[in-house]
Amino acid sequence: MPEAPLLADLIVHHRATPGALLPLLHAVQDAFGHIPSEAVPAIAEALNLSRAEVHGVITYYHHFRQWPAGRHVVQVCQAESCQACGSRALTAAAERIFGCALGQTRADGAVTLEAVYCLGLCAQSPAVQVDERLHARVSEAKLARIAQQLGVQEVAA
Amino acid sequence: MSTVQLFVPRDAAALAAGADEVAEALQAACAQRGVTLNLTRNGSRGLLWLEPLVEVVTPHGRIAYGPVQPEDVPALLDDAHLLTGGFMPEGDVSPSPRPSPTRGEGAMHSKPLSPCGRGVGERGQHTSDDMTVVAHPLRHGVTEQMPYLVMQERLTFRRIGVTDPLSLADYEAHDGWAGLRKALTLTSAELLHEVTHSGLRGRGGAAFPAGIKWKTVAHAHAAQKYVVCNADEGDSGTFADRMVMEGDPFMLIEGMAIAALAVGATQGFIYIRSEYPHALAVMNEAIERASAAGFLGENVLGSGRTFHLHTRKAAGAYVCGEETAMLESLEGKRGIVRAKPPLPALSGLFGQPTVINNVLTLAAVPFILARGAQAYRDYGVGRSHGTLPFQLAGNIKHGGLVEKAFGLSLRELIYGFGGGTRSGRPVKAVQVGGPLGAYVPESLWDVPLDYEAYAAHGAVLGHGGIVVHDDTANLAELARYAFEFCAAESCGKCTPCRIGSTRGVEVMQRIERTAPAGAAPNAAQHAQQLTLLRDLCDTMQHGSLCAMGGMTPYPVLSALNHYPQDFGVAAAPSPQPSPTRGEGAQTQRT
Ligand SMILES: Cc1cc2nc3c(=O)[nH]c(=O)nc-3n(C[C@H](O)[C@H](O)[C@H](O)COP(=O)(O)O)c2cc1C
Ligand code: SF4
Ligand code: FES
Repeated sequence: MPEAPLLADLIVHHRATPGALLPLLHAVQDAFGHIPSEAVPAIAEALNLSRAEVHGVITYYHHFRQWPAGRHVVQVCQAESCQACGSRALTAAAERIFGCALGQTRADGAVTLEAVYCLGLCAQSPAVQVDERLHARVSEAKLARIAQQLGVQEVAA
Repeated sequence: MSTVQLFVPRDAAALAAGADEVAEALQAACAQRGVTLNLTRNGSRGLLWLEPLVEVVTPHGRIAYGPVQPEDVPALLDDAHLLTGGFMPEGDVSPSPRPSPTRGEGAMHSKPLSPCGRGVGERGQHTSDDMTVVAHPLRHGVTEQMPYLVMQERLTFRRIGVTDPLSLADYEAHDGWAGLRKALTLTSAELLHEVTHSGLRGRGGAAFPAGIKWKTVAHAHAAQKYVVCNADEGDSGTFADRMVMEGDPFMLIEGMAIAALAVGATQGFIYIRSEYPHALAVMNEAIERASAAGFLGENVLGSGRTFHLHTRKAAGAYVCGEETAMLESLEGKRGIVRAKPPLPALSGLFGQPTVINNVLTLAAVPFILARGAQAYRDYGVGRSHGTLPFQLAGNIKHGGLVEKAFGLSLRELIYGFGGGTRSGRPVKAVQVGGPLGAYVPESLWDVPLDYEAYAAHGAVLGHGGIVVHDDTANLAELARYAFEFCAAESCGKCTPCRIGSTRGVEVMQRIERTAPAGAAPNAAQHAQQLTLLRDLCDTMQHGSLCAMGGMTPYPVLSALNHYPQDFGVAAAPSPQPSPTRGEGAQTQRT
């Protein structure tokens, strides 16, 4: 793995923390964008866990990725409050605008479209998060503008 | 011109509505006009349909403008005189207001009142000191006099939106640390008595008395004890925990420090969901500042007492809001529910006695200590003492944070505060208490919001989240969603929840396919599936290890019982539902 020294640093930094696994996995994902499978043995060894235990934790939590995401991550809230304000239709629009299905990364790697369950913006539903940015009261037109600002080209379905 | 003091919130809800862009536009426009600006990024007042809500300090108080978009800024400065709060000396109304093309006449005096807008103190256009008020559609008068705020009883939220969340000086100037200073003069027994006497019950859902939980931990013998704050807030329709962390983080720190003193804990953790990066960042910064100033650490305020506080970032599992799953997660494992006993109060984090409380529970504690238990207890009804920060969400016109004493009604919240639906259509169903809460039909909207009264009607207050659905909602679809959510989020430890939720989705699909009833040859099949649905709910409710599986039947059965027509049980759904929905007949079907 090319970034092995960085991983080693992260391990050194976190290994003494009580309950270190989650903080370490967060640090690895923040650094690499996902948790590379090559990192698992090193993490397991450092924390005195089996690889299966580490793998079990990575796959249990929705937040952790085993593979890199697209260049942009678009998350559309699917929970009740957003449903009450049209998130189903908005999700369909997002699939059209970004050219990929919910839970998928587009073939050209431009976008990963994901479900999210509540962003805490329920008084201004429907809500969307694009990369690190939150958007409230999102309409189809607003979503199209966001796609344009990201420079995401529509792909033919 | 002297320095102008402005407030633009930095709460995630305001940011999502464009607060950063508005702050930049204000800064640029003021620089251009040679005005020195003092811009504070406060928390949100909770009038979320008005975010970004810009406030300007004037001799008459803080004046509110919202929702402000960057393109509104030039007209607000030049025509609406935002920098003086719209106050102009009588007769001096220059520069002559240009009508703003986008905002109607925009300028002087006459304007339609915005819904929850004009301050009660601003009856006329003239103030006592011969000033004229320049009206504007986005101007709402003195913030503190806006009806939405005046009608509230803010104890926990009294500082939020008012102060700079990360300013220790501001916190101190607004009663900050008074509770902790008081706590340091009391014995553990006296502290436990205060919290017990206040009547404070857990705000995270189960409403367990905080004092009793603390007492159990205090009386346990162990070398190490912990205080854990549950900031997982995964429920749809809830955002009060987030607002506390982003808008008044020192209050949570103070509450946790008091809890630590009461039970003898020296370490604390705040478990914050990963969907809340802003809250996490603010809490981290606040902990750092509080530690540097001696409110946390080895020697809290020179008392010789120790309390270290840390944050932990969750990783997107709803069930980790369940307290024992959260402990597993904090220990670095998969967040799977533990069987109780042992109680976390006796064997919690790393096997040690642990207080686990919700953000709002802990945030209520500084007030209780500072003003006395009785002052808190005097709010509320029955055994529900104090206030609950209600969160109005979903299809609602004026969504936001409403802190009120227990005992008001859902109808007052939906219409008195919320102004009805955003879509303008009739309200059909209101889910109270998050995804595991019941759908409450109109016949129950006058029941007082109080834990026991709601329980008596098969509903729960939970975390105080209220999600409004208009008449386009299909309750069968929402019931299916409840199972889907449970299937996706189940920790998998027990069969009724793990398997039952998936079977629930399938049964709901069959019900939706075979409805409406009566249409042969589906009728028998349809009836059979409904029986199966009730059986399944019964099994889940009584056989699940935790409330995830145990309460998923609440949304499902309340939907079926109160909206049978959506399940194809009533004869046929009327295509034009009556706008008043007063007819109780439908709600009594089963
Ligand atoms: C599936 C599930 C999710 C929960 N999520 C939360 C949550 O997000 N926040 C919370 O404070 N309590 C949540 N709870 C309740 C906690 O288990 C626990 O009762 C609470 O943290 C105790 O604090 P309190 O007494 O101050 O309410 C959840 C419970 C269940 C069963
Ligand atoms: S009810 Fe569901 S979430 Fe709770 S312990 Fe059982 S499987 Fe886990
Ligand atoms: S339900 Fe979508 S933001 Fe809360």
